[in-house]
Amino acid sequence: MADVTNLRTPAETGLSKLFEVARMKFPTGVSIAREEAFRYFEAMGLPSRRVEAFKYTDLRAALKEAAPPADAPGAEAAHRALDAAKGFSGIEALRLAFVNGHLVAEASDLGRVPQGVTLAPLNEALAAGDRLLEHLAPVSQARENPIYQLNAAFMADGLLVHVAAGTKVEAPLHLRFVGTGAEAFSTATRVLVVLEADAELTVLESHEGPDGVAYQPNDALDVVIADRARFHHTRLNGEGREAIALSTISARLGAGSHIETVNLVTGAVLSRHQIYLHFAGEDATATVNGATMLGNGQLADSTLLADHAAVGGVSRELFKTVIDGDATGVFQGKIIVEQIAQKTDGKMKSDCLLLPDEGQMMNKPELEIFADDVACGHGATCGAPDDDLLFYLMARGLPRTEAESLLVQAFLGEALESVTHEGAREALIGEVETWLAKRA
Amino acid sequence: MPAVQDTVDRVRAIDVDQYKYGFETTIEMEKSEKGISEDVIRFISAKKNEPAWLLEWRLDAYKRWQTMKEPDWARVSYDKVDYNDIYYYAAPKRKSVESLDEIDPEILATYEKLGIPLREVEVLEGVAPERRVAVDAVFDSVSVATTFKAELSKAGVIFMPISEAVREYPELVQKYLGSVVPVTDNFFATLNSAVFSDGSFVYIPPGVRCPMELSTYFRINERDTGQFERTLIIADKGSYVSYLEGCTAPKRDDNQLHAAVVELVALDDAEIKYSTVQNWYPGDAQGKGGIYNFVTKRGDCRGARSKISWTQVETGSAITWKYPSCILRGDDSRGEFYSIAVSNGMQQVDSGTKMIHLGKNTTSRIISKGISAGRSQNTYRGLVSAHKKAKGARNFTNCDSLLIGDQCGAHTVPYIESKNASAVFEHEATTSKISEDQKFYCLQRGLSEEEATALIVNGFVRDVLQQLPMEFAVEAQKLISISLEGSVG
Repeated sequence: MADVTNLRTPAETGLSKLFEVARMKFPTGVSIAREEAFRYFEAMGLPSRRVEAFKYTDLRAALKEAAPPADAPGAEAAHRALDAAKGFSGIEALRLAFVNGHLVAEASDLGRVPQGVTLAPLNEALAAGDRLLEHLAPVSQARENPIYQLNAAFMADGLLVHVAAGTKVEAPLHLRFVGTGAEAFSTATRVLVVLEADAELTVLESHEGPDGVAYQPNDALDVVIADRARFHHTRLNGEGREAIALSTISARLGAGSHIETVNLVTGAVLSRHQIYLHFAGEDATATVNGATMLGNGQLADSTLLADHAAVGGVSRELFKTVIDGDATGVFQGKIIVEQIAQKTDGKMKSDCLLLPDEGQMMNKPELEIFADDVACGHGATCGAPDDDLLFYLMARGLPRTEAESLLVQAFLGEALESVTHEGAREALIGEVETWLAKRA
Repeated sequence: MPAVQDTVDRVRAIDVDQYKYGFETTIEMEKSEKGISEDVIRFISAKKNEPAWLLEWRLDAYKRWQTMKEPDWARVSYDKVDYNDIYYYAAPKRKSVESLDEIDPEILATYEKLGIPLREVEVLEGVAPERRVAVDAVFDSVSVATTFKAELSKAGVIFMPISEAVREYPELVQKYLGSVVPVTDNFFATLNSAVFSDGSFVYIPPGVRCPMELSTYFRINERDTGQFERTLIIADKGSYVSYLEGCTAPKRDDNQLHAAVVELVALDDAEIKYSTVQNWYPGDAQGKGGIYNFVTKRGDCRGARSKISWTQVETGSAITWKYPSCILRGDDSRGEFYSIAVSNGMQQVDSGTKMIHLGKNTTSRIISKGISAGRSQNTYRGLVSAHKKAKGARNFTNCDSLLIGDQCGAHTVPYIESKNASAVFEHEATTSKISEDQKFYCLQRGLSEEEATALIVNGFVRDVLQQLPMEFAVEAQKLISISLEGSVG
């Protein structure tokens, strides 16, 4: 019997062809790394459920065809797309707009960058061989991931952000990723944020695109957080309903530093959000939350790896999933505590609310612990809304849907509370309300 | 709790050599030729006087096994077994016996040394009967004695070596053998299906509560052999049985393979309680020698309202790869898994359970306590899944790990798959070390550090110990303390 895994799928063959064409157009900056990344991906292929990390998200089956990388859009199309995108629009912020994965300079606030902050479009940085590029791909485990490597091979544009030591940036940086088009296309963006010691920055990311087009975004955010620096990150996945959306955050944490990242998902037919944290310095802290709302036909996968490699790290992860209809939620979380990382305190939790329907939830919370003086734990729950609570609300005259909405808001609210930026927190709560209103 | 005192005494009494079952019995053995082949399988089958269908079954398994790959997903690393360098059959030379007086006295002495009662205790009239346990003693590839057979058969209970059951109750064996763990289930189960030698067969007729506890005691003795036992327990409608299993092996420098298959079938309203104290030789402090324990255990709650409960205390083996599972097929059926896995020295444990909810309103409960010490690695790996039709399924899982020393590892890999909204699953896991406060409290009261550790560990595993039959619980408690010997300081 032939080993089916060795046969290349049309999508894999397509990706190889696309790479051959695309590599000619890329700036020479990291061409060797690009080549290596693609060969790495090629050797692995698209991961199927036989690959443990993709057990519940069979990319090999889901990605039928490789969509061609999108070109930079015309000015008019870009503006139309940006006008339609509403994510985080009410928040006072420094905005950078990407349409189909390319920076639209006219719609970006490149001109009013605060002191201590340097911004550079990625394709320019690549062409110029910016010295900050050495910080790319800061977490080694992420470099073993096929999605991340695919991004490294195809990354067309993005941003370099550098915040000088001690600079606390007031206004958030809002990265708007908007897709537009009538045919399937793919994008690959990479954002690199380098925070020097004691710096502080808030980044908001919104991802939106057309319904009815099977586009394929693959976004990566690399973050290097120096000692005592603080990074706040809020991400909104409002991709179009046919999109296959892949994304990766990899962050390296210096001593006493802090990261907070919250991802809210309502979009895409299939989304996979990967988070890699490397606790490199002592006493770093992390808050990683997720709120996912799914309807018929959707699959959303949150995969997390927190690698504690230094003493005294604290990590808190809370993932909340609400499933309405025939949809699948996936949570895979792994806390690694290396032998040196004594006094680590890691707590991870994934809760799922299945509204009475056909939904399914796959939870795989893992602990891998090599140090003895630690306090680590994880929890996972899954079930329908509590009948007693529903009864209580309905007895007070609320219709069932409203009662459920109230419970869902409370349920998801827990994961959104930690968002430091008030406007961003409100915006996410607004997204929950919009989703519930559509459902009712 | 007197047992705690007992543990403390025991720990105090231990000398350097911790594994007390490591002796060897020298008797003449009859073996198959080395390695595995169709001829060897025919030889085993002929030795056991098996019917043709069973030989075919074995040969079919062997063919499939040859196409299979040894699984590598578990968190264990070991030198691979050379499957052609072991004996698949080894039995004491003396022929099968009718009474204990005919058994090789060496074997009797062995079991006496191990503390296993092979002689039925006569019950005197008017004297309250002691709590009795029927024993099936399996020595390498054969069962050497089975006690209380006659008395059990009065109640209609069939308790005998599986090789005998194949001959005496072929229709029962044929109906159930391989129905829970299919021949093709996994690499080790398929190997077992091809070469299995002995094990116990239990059948409890409808409505019968088995009058005593049944137990099988497995002993590996011969060098370079593998033990491939097969146990099949069927609890017919409304019956109940409690079954205990124990195992030991001599101390050797090389690794020996133990690849067993245990199948449990519970029909409507039946209950099976299966308890294991696994104390195979774990290897020395440097990781030399020890048993590779690659076991497939699965229970099928086939009937409505049936219940299967697994309790295991794992202290032995160099490598453990073992996931006693429950298939909750019958509506309102229940599965339980209580486990204590202690690893020390260079031991590697990858163990856990699967609870597969298929029927309506099925419930399951998992309590797993892992204790790692020395340079060992201890992994809990488990699956809880609810099928679309398993409305109202419920699971509670708790897995706690305790680390003693900074050279060991404790890992948790649970899979929780819920495919319908009415299923309610809860899972919690923690990893920590022995609390300094608790230890300080004990030391203050005059306990030594080792005593304090034993006391705290006993408290940590109490939830599981309570599930064991009384004698086993005491034994298990001692074992845990002994296994942790040398882990402090």
